[in-house]
Amino acid sequence: MVQPTRRVALVGNPNTGKSTLFGALSGLAVRTGNYAGVTIEKKIGRLGRAQSPIELIDLPGTYSLSPRSPDELVAVEVLTGDVAGEPPPDAILCVINATLLRRNLFLVSQLLELNRPVIIALNMIDAARSRGLKIDVARLSTNLGVRVVPIAATKREGLSELVDALVQTVESTTAAKESTTPVQPLPNEFYRVRDRVSAELSRLGDVGYRGQTTFPPISRYLVERAILDIGGETEKWLLRNFGQSAIAIITTARDELTLSLGELSDVECQHRYAWAAQVMDGVLGDSPGKPHAVTDWLDTILTNRVFGLLFFAAMMFLVFQCIYAWSGIPMDAIGTAQAWLGDGVSALISPGVLRSLIVDGVIGGVGGVLVFLPQIAILFFFLAVLEDSGYMARAAFLVDRVMSWFGLSGKSFLPLMSSFACAIPGVMAARVIENNRDRFATIFVAPFMSCSARLPVYLLLITAFVPATTLWGGWVSLSGLVLMSMYLVGIVVGIVTAWTLKKTILRGETAPLVMELPEYQWPDYRVVMIRVYEACKAFVIRAGTLIFSASILIWAAGYLPGDHTRQHELQTQLESAGDAVPASETAVWSRELKTESARLLEQSLLGQLGHAIEPAVRPLGWDWRIGVGAIASFPAREVIIATLGTVYSLGGDVDETDEGLIDALRRSRWPDGRPVYNVPVALSIMVFFALCAQCVSTLLVMRRETNSWVWPLMSFTYMTTLAYLGALVTYQIGIRL
Amino acid sequence: MITLDRLVPGQVAQVVQVSGADGISMRLREMGFVPGEMVSFLRSAPLGDPLKCLIQGSRVALRGTEARRVIVAVS
Repeated sequence: MVQPTRRVALVGNPNTGKSTLFGALSGLAVRTGNYAGVTIEKKIGRLGRAQSPIELIDLPGTYSLSPRSPDELVAVEVLTGDVAGEPPPDAILCVINATLLRRNLFLVSQLLELNRPVIIALNMIDAARSRGLKIDVARLSTNLGVRVVPIAATKREGLSELVDALVQTVESTTAAKESTTPVQPLPNEFYRVRDRVSAELSRLGDVGYRGQTTFPPISRYLVERAILDIGGETEKWLLRNFGQSAIAIITTARDELTLSLGELSDVECQHRYAWAAQVMDGVLGDSPGKPHAVTDWLDTILTNRVFGLLFFAAMMFLVFQCIYAWSGIPMDAIGTAQAWLGDGVSALISPGVLRSLIVDGVIGGVGGVLVFLPQIAILFFFLAVLEDSGYMARAAFLVDRVMSWFGLSGKSFLPLMSSFACAIPGVMAARVIENNRDRFATIFVAPFMSCSARLPVYLLLITAFVPATTLWGGWVSLSGLVLMSMYLVGIVVGIVTAWTLKKTILRGETAPLVMELPEYQWPDYRVVMIRVYEACKAFVIRAGTLIFSASILIWAAGYLPGDHTRQHELQTQLESAGDAVPASETAVWSRELKTESARLLEQSLLGQLGHAIEPAVRPLGWDWRIGVGAIASFPAREVIIATLGTVYSLGGDVDETDEGLIDALRRSRWPDGRPVYNVPVALSIMVFFALCAQCVSTLLVMRRETNSWVWPLMSFTYMTTLAYLGALVTYQIGIRL
Repeated sequence: MITLDRLVPGQVAQVVQVSGADGISMRLREMGFVPGEMVSFLRSAPLGDPLKCLIQGSRVALRGTEARRVIVAVS
């Protein structure tokens, strides 16, 4: 008989090794998704060992079940079974840090109130032992009334015992759920009032909640939160769904309880910690345990005024150096594979629409996506190492002050820094920021940091048009200065944007920075590998499918509607021409092919569009060709080089160091004979690319990370407007100097 | 009685109260800042903010504005 799947929710404080445990239990077989309307990720692993398979639902690390944002409310609702269409989990697996037992019990006291089967994984038991902490696990289990399994997740110790306990728990509880009396750490008076409020709320009746006509039996725990969390998310949720009458009931209950028990926020904490003290009775031996000396010693150095900042700078330099240095080889390999595949297909298929679609559209498009993969893998490798080792929290600690000047916090630093390599991992890395206003501001600002895709554009134009002079006794080259100012343009605009956002649409109370600085540890290579794998997978699958479609669209717009017969004839002639045909003749053919390709592009939808928008780009100093390049580079900025290459009769295969393209740009003339390009035009193009949002991948990742189209659309509009204005000002000032 | 941000590095004090009932003060309580608990001020970041404390065996970084909510008694 096939057993139904059991569901186990995984919860725990941050820095308890929860992700290590999740990775150890479920490996790479993880499904991810989103809960409707919120940004938290739904991560589900599978434990196939038991007769009845077990699904492991990973919830974000949290210090308590007191929801303060829609995301946190969803996490609580998953546990209480209030998510529409999802039954409550069959059991809750709570990971606690053995070295910080008492504080971790705060969360446990809330979990036990849910009255669902709970299993405690007492993690880092090895660290506790080496600190001289003697934990009586049996006693702890008796005091708590639930199973406690000591484990060391990084060493894979105690995991089979934990799985056994999980299997037994989910299988034994299938018959009788909610039969035992729940743990009640708060005063009896409180629970009496809570149950009365539950009853009163259910009498509110016909309010049309989720298509039902009567008040649903929302869990008593949520009613408890609504009473305790003044101005919290549960209260807001009640107001949205049931109106003022529900709030009136809550307020009456609060007044009554405050009168008899005192300030509710104090009451909750005092009773939960008092409960924790009772649970701890007889659990710890006499030794209070040594503090982690290595952590304190490292902190003296790594957060030191001088050495700490030097180390921080060196670390950041190392990360970016590696992203540039290490990604070169795999990126070239992907480029080579792409060319090889394109040539292979070209050899098989004769010139025509199908070949162009496959080679220029499909292979070119997919290659354009995959080429970012090495950078993402390397960055996420470092992110995972820095985070798992405990250094990331120190980095945030060091730079928090500076970031707070722009309305952000220390946690925004690394996502923004990463965006200099590529905004995509940067936007993804913003997940570590808990505060949504800070997170959205960071995501919005990330694309302003000059990513590596802009570099080819800068290099091409600087090489072609910036004179190779040096300043200040030959130490500084003008080209280097121009390049640096392009990076500065992005940084300054980014800072101003962040500051403006935090003063306007993302205004609100300053996000608190109350952040645990975990103990240093050797990063667990499995956790690191899983993070890299997941980041790559998410990027390739979700963004990749859409970039792929966008690339094909651009290809079609550049290919249609012209008559390509002559172009294909010439291509066939050139390819079948052996040594028998003299070189002078093939040269004539290839010249004609280039002219023909350029003519077809000019007549294509893309070319027509270029001519249509020419009046709009003329004030920037651009001709229709640059306009076409800017439009065609919507999928990715560096596409402009290939587009310009095609436009200048060179075919699509020109890269930034190709003298041919540089010469073509220099020789390019307006109909009246003036050169198209000069320094102001080149600067205007560069400023445009520094500020524009020409990167479908970034916009799609933004959509995924914010779970809404609002942010990517706003980002595109804002950045394009700024880019246009920036280019306009640059050109208009430039020609007047 | 003074607030946590007024301690000097290395100084130990006892938490008397965390003022406020909003999200930030609740977060402080969850992280161990409760009356009776001993807190030691370890150091401040190179630019003076945030501060690093030791509470209930864990190291916690918090900004001066948050630290001002924690009232402590120096013995």
